[in-house]
Amino acid sequence: MSSSEPTAMERFINGILPENPIYRQLLGMCPTLAVTGAMKPAMTMAVSTAFVLIAANLMISLIRRLLKPHLRILIFTLTIATFVTITDRFLAAYLYEMSKALGPYVPLIIVNCIIISRCEICAATQGPFTAFCDGVGMSLGFALALASLATVREILGSGSWFGIMLLPKEWPHWTIMILSPGAFFALGLLLGLANWISRRRQEAAARQANEPY
Amino acid sequence: MMTDNPRQPGSLRQAWLVILLALLYGGALAATQTTLGPRIAENQRRETYRVIPTLVAVDGAAKVQPVTLALADGKKQEVFRVVADDGATAGWVLPAHGQGFQDRIDLLIGVTPDVATILGLYILDQKDTPNLGSLITEEPYLGQYRGMPTDPKIVVVTSAPTTTCQIRSVTGATISSTSVAEIVNRTIESLKTPIRRWRAENKP
Repeated sequence: MSSSEPTAMERFINGILPENPIYRQLLGMCPTLAVTGAMKPAMTMAVSTAFVLIAANLMISLIRRLLKPHLRILIFTLTIATFVTITDRFLAAYLYEMSKALGPYVPLIIVNCIIISRCEICAATQGPFTAFCDGVGMSLGFALALASLATVREILGSGSWFGIMLLPKEWPHWTIMILSPGAFFALGLLLGLANWISRRRQEAAARQANEPY
Repeated sequence: MMTDNPRQPGSLRQAWLVILLALLYGGALAATQTTLGPRIAENQRRETYRVIPTLVAVDGAAKVQPVTLALADGKKQEVFRVVADDGATAGWVLPAHGQGFQDRIDLLIGVTPDVATILGLYILDQKDTPNLGSLITEEPYLGQYRGMPTDPKIVVVTSAPTTTCQIRSVTGATISSTSVAEIVNRTIESLKTPIRRWRAENKP
């Protein structure tokens, strides 16, 4: 491991906010837009993706010294597909209704760029502990992003959160928010907010650095 | 003499890790399927039994009787006979499956006791394109089958149906729509005679 590579703690922290897979890297857009109409499917997707991401990161990290450069993508895909299939079967066995509601989006975790990019960037070059921390950090970042989107969409679209009614009966449900256009509206607004907060923080840091002692 | 192409290692030396991982992962998937398969099958069976009375639209508590029929090609197939309160056959529910646009489609077809009319359709499982092919699971498409005669065969059209044997496809999902119609045609075709024969032998 070269000394310039981030430590396990840096990997963990980076995944949550500074390199958030959705708000900073714009990866994994398919599930982000598709399953965030309500909190329950969004969180099921977040946990499923977390299992695959952490397990694939650990496995790839353990065999990283055996990887041939031209075969590595094949091995990443093989590994990710295996864990995705296990997750899909587990959901069909224990969360049958949710498995049906998520439809093809669980099998589609195989092509989630977040997972293959973490295998390539971190797991293929760093040790299992760092790869594990990276997987947990990225999973938390992904879950936070899905939760923020699903919160906005479910509350405005259905008046509820996790199925619990929050808004009064008089609330005219904005059905568009739980449909596809609502996913784009909410993602665009939240991305704008994330960028605005990030710019404000950078400006504040720059001001602080330029202040005379 | 110097060569531009250094000797490449053999295929096995390059691919041994892929082969080993494929065997390892294959074993893990086989173990997963062996462990979870019965539970998944039980979930599907429970869903099937929940849906059957709604497909035949029976009032009151209907009894569901599984019946195994011999098909023309010698194979056996299980169908469900829905029995009304008075013991008469209220209808049949036929499990069917076939290839959709992306993956297998599993469905249930409800028909009248004489297999002359379709009473309802329910998609148990499909993995076609979300919000496009997946619209075959929704009422605007499935509702068209209700009350259709089983003879002649169902035809999928892309404009408004002009005859009772036509179904309008989901816009942008013609393959998924046609797949369902073909599964229905094929299943009814293969089961119509065995069911009628069973009825003749087992009155009422």
